[in-house]
Amino acid sequence: MNLYKYASPVNFYPLAGKMIPWFAIPAALLFVIGLYVGFFVAPTDAQQGDAYRIMFIHVPAAWMGMLLYVLMAIYAGVGWAFNARLSSMMASSIATTGAMFTFISLVTGSFWGKPTWGTWWVWDARMTSTLILLFLYIGFLSLQASIDDPRRADRAGAVLALVGVINVPIIYFSVQWWNTLHQGATIRILNKPTIAPKMLAAMLIMLAACWLYSVAVVLVRLRCTIVEREQNAARFAEAGT
Amino acid sequence: MFSWIVWRELILAWRRRADVLSTVFFFVIVVSLFPLGIGPEAQLLRSIAPGVVWVAALLASMLSLGRLFANDYQDGTLEQLLLTPQPLYLVVLAKTLAHWLIAEIPLVLIAPLLGIQFDLSQDTLRLLFVTLLLGTPVLSLIGSVGAALTVGLRNSGVLISILVLPLYIPVLIFGAGGVEASIMGTSPQSHIYLLAAITVLSLTFAPWAAAAALRISLE
Repeated sequence: MNLYKYASPVNFYPLAGKMIPWFAIPAALLFVIGLYVGFFVAPTDAQQGDAYRIMFIHVPAAWMGMLLYVLMAIYAGVGWAFNARLSSMMASSIATTGAMFTFISLVTGSFWGKPTWGTWWVWDARMTSTLILLFLYIGFLSLQASIDDPRRADRAGAVLALVGVINVPIIYFSVQWWNTLHQGATIRILNKPTIAPKMLAAMLIMLAACWLYSVAVVLVRLRCTIVEREQNAARFAEAGT
Repeated sequence: MFSWIVWRELILAWRRRADVLSTVFFFVIVVSLFPLGIGPEAQLLRSIAPGVVWVAALLASMLSLGRLFANDYQDGTLEQLLLTPQPLYLVVLAKTLAHWLIAEIPLVLIAPLLGIQFDLSQDTLRLLFVTLLLGTPVLSLIGSVGAALTVGLRNSGVLISILVLPLYIPVLIFGAGGVEASIMGTSPQSHIYLLAAITVLSLTFAPWAAAAALRISLE
């Protein structure tokens, strides 16, 4: 079997269609299990009470937000370097999901912050850099949205994503140093020595669910993009579905 | 070739003095608005001055970045420049250098004057000048990538700010941080070194990225 066959959007389209349920159904199951373990099985935290339970959504979302940015940059870079359309489409499909997770992690973070720290927002290093990450996603999405030619949009997005990826560590460290210099009322997140095994289990289940969800949603969006862009491909009709 | 491009840009800027001056006035007006919005307490003004001047400098360079490639794109010069045998890297670097000389240097020169409005001490004013001098090349360099990506697009003016401003954050932090450190009485050295490091880094990579972006935008 020639795997390169699937680098063609038209060939990948039916494969993606078959793959989606394999990711979507486990994602839904794991979300249910993870939320159940997180909300009912995991013990109440000694310091933060039940408020900490938002962590089971917050932490996986924050991880996904960061990972997906790197993944998006890799796909965009591959798409640009090897002129692979599918790879570029993948990058654009990932961007929306990544931005969504980053946004969720910011919102849930402030929901968590209100009861535990007594404030919705702190200019903490992690929160600030997550906010900046959201700005980078918005930049990528708005650049692609304002270029009409899809191939130019792909390549321009790739340059921006790669420049962004180089900048992410610089931004992260500068924000961290900035924060330690301004040292006002810094509150440490999760200043706990260890985490209870049940909490860890719930979090890992939720993380797996977020991964599976991301793959499924990205594939759905990818299929839409393929249909949009490859309307004229004659073989498309034969490929069916 | 390099000096020719820089010279050409300077002549063009001289012919369109109003463009250059309007950026400078924008900078002056934005900085002067803050005391009006916040109140005339000297202590408060002194502590916000570095941030205000730096943010205003970022915004002012947004205004001038749109013109970096747009005029040349409209009259076709940019395509001719792409066809020259010289590496595009150097062409971009020359245009960026010219942008720095035209749009950023006036801001750097006038910033200490604005600092006086905020009751900054002489040492701090000197530091404001030094950090701006070191940091503004980064604004031109990273900005050139954004300008190259958005050349010829409908809403390039707003788009360029969305793309570039988040990437300016490290410069803002270390630039304003250095000045602030001197106000607080601590050593600003670390900030200045880091600022210099960012400048060198972006001098190495940004023209390359901007050249790649220009090729994409003009193909």
